Amino acid sequence: MSAATALGEDLATYNFAYLDEQTKRMIRRAILKAIAIPGYQVPFASREMPMPYGWGTGGVQVTASIIGPQDVLKVIDQGADDTTNAVSIRAFFQKVANVAVTTKTREATIIQTRHRIPEEKLQAGQVLVYQVPIPEPLRFLEPRETETRKMHALEEYGLMHVKLYEDIARHGHIATTYAYPVLVAGRYVMDPSPTPKFDNPKMDMSDALQLFGAGREKRIYAIPPHTRVVSLDFEDHPFEIQSFDEPCALCGAEGVYLDEVILDDRGGRMFVCSDTDHCEDRRAAGHRGHLSPDEAYAGHGKGEGEAAR
Amino acid sequence: MYVAVKGGEAAIANAHKMLADRRRGDRSVPSITVEQIVEQLALAVDRVMAEASLYAPDLAALAVKQARGDMIEAIFLLRAYRTTLPRFGASLPLETGEMVAERRVSATYKDLPGGQVLGPTFDYTHRLLDPALAGDQAVEPAPARDSEGEPLTRVADILAQEDLIERAYAGDPAEMPQEPSGDLTREPMEFPMARDLRLQALARGDEGFLLALGYSTQRGYGRTHPFAGEIRIGEVEVEMDVPELGFAVSLGRIRVTECQMVNQFAGSAKLPPQFTRGYGLVFGQSERKAMAMALVDRSLRAGELGEDRVAPAQDEEFVISHADNVQATGFVEHLKLPHYVDFQAELDLVRRMRAEFEARQTRESDTQEAAE
Repeated sequence: MSAATALGEDLATYNFAYLDEQTKRMIRRAILKAIAIPGYQVPFASREMPMPYGWGTGGVQVTASIIGPQDVLKVIDQGADDTTNAVSIRAFFQKVANVAVTTKTREATIIQTRHRIPEEKLQAGQVLVYQVPIPEPLRFLEPRETETRKMHALEEYGLMHVKLYEDIARHGHIATTYAYPVLVAGRYVMDPSPTPKFDNPKMDMSDALQLFGAGREKRIYAIPPHTRVVSLDFEDHPFEIQSFDEPCALCGAEGVYLDEVILDDRGGRMFVCSDTDHCEDRRAAGHRGHLSPDEAYAGHGKGEGEAAR
Repeated sequence: MYVAVKGGEAAIANAHKMLADRRRGDRSVPSITVEQIVEQLALAVDRVMAEASLYAPDLAALAVKQARGDMIEAIFLLRAYRTTLPRFGASLPLETGEMVAERRVSATYKDLPGGQVLGPTFDYTHRLLDPALAGDQAVEPAPARDSEGEPLTRVADILAQEDLIERAYAGDPAEMPQEPSGDLTREPMEFPMARDLRLQALARGDEGFLLALGYSTQRGYGRTHPFAGEIRIGEVEVEMDVPELGFAVSLGRIRVTECQMVNQFAGSAKLPPQFTRGYGLVFGQSERKAMAMALVDRSLRAGELGEDRVAPAQDEEFVISHADNVQATGFVEHLKLPHYVDFQAELDLVRRMRAEFEARQTRESDTQEAAE
């Protein structure tokens, strides 16, 4: 027998949702601890995953540990279901867990996300799983883990306030536009992952469970439903979210986060919803923006979202 | 069950097809076999096994083939396979003193029991490209040594007889902990680290990174005055205790490279001066990695030995957090994933700040004109 055939026979078949049950149990214990101490970063023995570190291994491990055959999974990256890495992670779970997948926010029981929170209000029973690159909100102020753990333990967050103050002194604004630090349940300062600060208010008193997984940095943290999440600010410089001057060019939505799409090399651009499902839903319901394709006015509203690409 | 199909899926599938095509290359050239890689690219296979922490030459060779020769990609493939393997238990500590050494050299003694054994080394080859290798010439078998198979005294043990080098275990040998050493692939990593975990991290750390750090200590960034006490390469027995049997059984043999650095002494009012140790052990044949590991291990013991920590190689958090090339490559390369949502947030802020800046400029020039 050649080595090649012997190899083929020896290679393992994988467990449901890839991870072995022992590992899932270990991760679930970390998740339970994280839920019990909102905003606290629980160290866990992160596994090597079959996708690269920095590409959502933490989120994938959390999802793999909580997903069951009955679940319906939605995966977004930058708010969109059809970005390549979202497609890849969704395909991974279809392959290893054979679960139902959806692009509809309200149909999903688990939503794994990178960089956005869906526009549609999440409901009780839903779980939002964030992919986190650097879980430590104090990391860029203090690179040492031994120090930052102490600072959290002592609730010593002065450094963060000084940083925000220096921003105001230098730029006239708090110059943090994403991964904007929040205080969870009045105790731990937490990094909301690199979501734009626009999404911070959605974390507050959410009906859904929010889980955060950082694979490379080996940390899990959580915000249980109905938990206070406050963005750090000052009385004379209150926290503000981004606002856009124009509505979505496709569905006319206002008060949502928009992507800037470059149309030509002469400065032409349009602004469209970052949340593709939200945009499709609105168009299906007959809403139109000023650049909607003409055929959309016929009112079929198939909602395939291709126009947004 | 229904499936959402969007543009990205077809693009990814096509990219994978193209990758498979490029991997195979010109179809008129025979496909390379796993056996050929194991036999003829053995040091590449060794590196993949070492940094993937899995001793499996066939699988490592398959990974090299699948990765088109990209070492870090191959290491990543083998590691992702390793994580899924169940653990039956831990082996007994390897007895490298019993090693059947194919190579053993010491820089600290001219001669020693067992002698200096060069073995299959690149040292002293002249690096001239060999046109004969472009073909398939017959190669003579290697000459056999008379003393093959006899264990060789360890240099560190010779020094230890006079108590001139610190003991490998500082406490009473009878009280040496017997539990298996830690495993950072199974337990959360925490700083400060015990030396067993640190050595594990170094053993699977990136060869190039450790090489650069070890080199930096030689150039004055945390100097440790090292001597290559001994380097040995060869096969050792892996044994495991089976509780039902009451004795250890052999699981097989693996090839390892071990390096014991002898470094400048430490002493105090209470302790007489003694040489200190830096230790390196890697799967397969890789002196470069074992030596670099030993240098960095010694540097990381700065705190324990009462030395000032002033250089990068002495900084445990810095070294251990950045030694893993699979983590490093993932995070560096993730920058090519879309980040346009965050970029939009930054665009918005920069535009707003520029507008304020321009308004301020106009205001200032207006006041100036009014004053004139």
